[in-house]
Amino acid sequence: MTVISADPTRRDFLFIATGAVGAVGAAAALVPLIAQMNPDASTIAAGAPIEIDLGPIAEGQVIKVFWRGKPIFISHRTKKEIEAARSVQLASLPDPEADDKRVKKGHDQWLVLIGICTHLGCIPIAHQGNYDGYFCPCHGSQYDTSGRIRQGPAPKNLPLPPYKFLSDSKIRIGEEDASPAAHA
Amino acid sequence: MSGHETYQPQNAFMKWMERRLPIAGLIYSSFIVYPTPRNLNYWWTFGGILTFMLAVQIVTGIVLAMHYTPHVDFAFNSVELIMRDVNYGWLLRYVHANGAAMFFLAAYIHMFRGMYYGSYKEPREILWILGVILLLLMIATGFMGYVLPWGQMSFWAATVITNLFSAIPGVGEAIVTWLWGGYAVGNPTLQRFYSLHYLLPFVIAGVVVLHIWALHVVGQNNPTGIDPKSERDTVSFTPYATIKDAFMLVCFCIVYAWFVFYMPNYLGHADNYIPANPAVTPMHIVPEWYYLPFYAILRAIPNKLMGVAALGASIAILAFLPWLDTSRVRSANYRPLYKQVFWIFVAVCIGLGWLGAKPAEGGYVIAARILTFYYFFHFLVILPVLGWVERTKPLPNSISESILTPARSGSGTGTVT
Repeated sequence: MTVISADPTRRDFLFIATGAVGAVGAAAALVPLIAQMNPDASTIAAGAPIEIDLGPIAEGQVIKVFWRGKPIFISHRTKKEIEAARSVQLASLPDPEADDKRVKKGHDQWLVLIGICTHLGCIPIAHQGNYDGYFCPCHGSQYDTSGRIRQGPAPKNLPLPPYKFLSDSKIRIGEEDASPAAHA
Repeated sequence: MSGHETYQPQNAFMKWMERRLPIAGLIYSSFIVYPTPRNLNYWWTFGGILTFMLAVQIVTGIVLAMHYTPHVDFAFNSVELIMRDVNYGWLLRYVHANGAAMFFLAAYIHMFRGMYYGSYKEPREILWILGVILLLLMIATGFMGYVLPWGQMSFWAATVITNLFSAIPGVGEAIVTWLWGGYAVGNPTLQRFYSLHYLLPFVIAGVVVLHIWALHVVGQNNPTGIDPKSERDTVSFTPYATIKDAFMLVCFCIVYAWFVFYMPNYLGHADNYIPANPAVTPMHIVPEWYYLPFYAILRAIPNKLMGVAALGASIAILAFLPWLDTSRVRSANYRPLYKQVFWIFVAVCIGLGWLGAKPAEGGYVIAARILTFYYFFHFLVILPVLGWVERTKPLPNSISESILTPARSGSGTGTVT
């Protein structure tokens, strides 16, 4: 009874059990504290798909719409711009991707991009830079007429939002086509 | 010499108090009779100035928070309301905004002083690392404060800086969304930045207590870099250090007031008086001057992940300085080569700051790359090697000898009676 024993006692059990429950409780308490920082329900709801009428966009024009707080560039490309985008050696690109993989099949003239520089999130300016595509004023990244990075610190091409054609002159941004023609 | 005598409460109340909470005794031993090296120069007054600046920022910040509205629809206008309608609002805001710049100015001088005199060396490593942590906290606090007025620069600074985290492979995008609380910088971002901008100064105050505690355990360094050996080498904190700190503080405040009253927007950017517009990035975005050297390092590297890593490393490397500098001699006064290397390093930091404000193109990028390389070369190669190859000058036998005997080590030329 009075000797100190190396065998586990009831106090040892209590010590370990209390510690374990305490650790699990502390970890569980962190979940809401961390999760509350993620987008809330209203922000997610406000990110529902939007429909855009392409009719008024003239050839050569780039318009900017907002979806989920991000600027979406919709470019009605000229023949020259499409040719410029297609005549590039893919191997020479920092982030090789063919132009026809960046547009929807049969809608080569419509380029839809998330207009956020993949470097640090600034908004590039359309029809500027050495490739007559997009130029980021912050750190000098230059994109071509397919929104692919050509020069500067940005690591990737301008990303494509999920979207699909409802008709030849209407798209819905925020929903992907079921067909596999879209980008990888 | 008043030495280390202990506090003796004089009246009955203080005797009663001292037995229950010996705070008067703590203040007495820490800030009255605390022995400080007798040869401290004015570069040692910036710790006190920094404490003052923290207090100014907290007091003006609490007051500004009474008038500011952290919401994307109201933030910009509430700042304008502070400037135009709130009694002395313009003054409080200018004191706070310029106070951030003066805070960083004092911190950089304080750090360069530590580097020149080897104040980070054994046994002051923890003291130095706490200082690096304070710098990090200041950077975070200053950044989030800059976002609050919700002007164009605020918005795009928030966008660019939070996007630094997107460089992290795999989880980067998820982290950025988590930081934003949305799909872009928006109202949730502004509100959490406001909350944290209010919190962090108090965290800084807590770390300052640790910093001062660590300082009082190991004692202050001094221009000779040798430890006080007898009571002849020290003087009591009050009145000697107190008056020196106070005098320099007044001089510092003259510069501070000059900015506040005569050029309150000189250090800011006109673009921040344009309300935030998520659709348009200003043509030329630059951070506040006190981040420019780090910004130059970020931009110098053409790879996104490596650029962000270099930015982080440029601050983190400071924490390893006590071990990168292999010389046993602390003070640059006795290290002829290090003294030159130190000033080159200062020039490189200023050069990086200048380049950070320039557009990222042509010769500026090349220059920024050279200076970025040198910045790391200084820490990783020059400092370790210099400790082994440098022939240092003989150290004085004591602090009092160094100042009471004429011109022994290049310092002090006057005669002493």
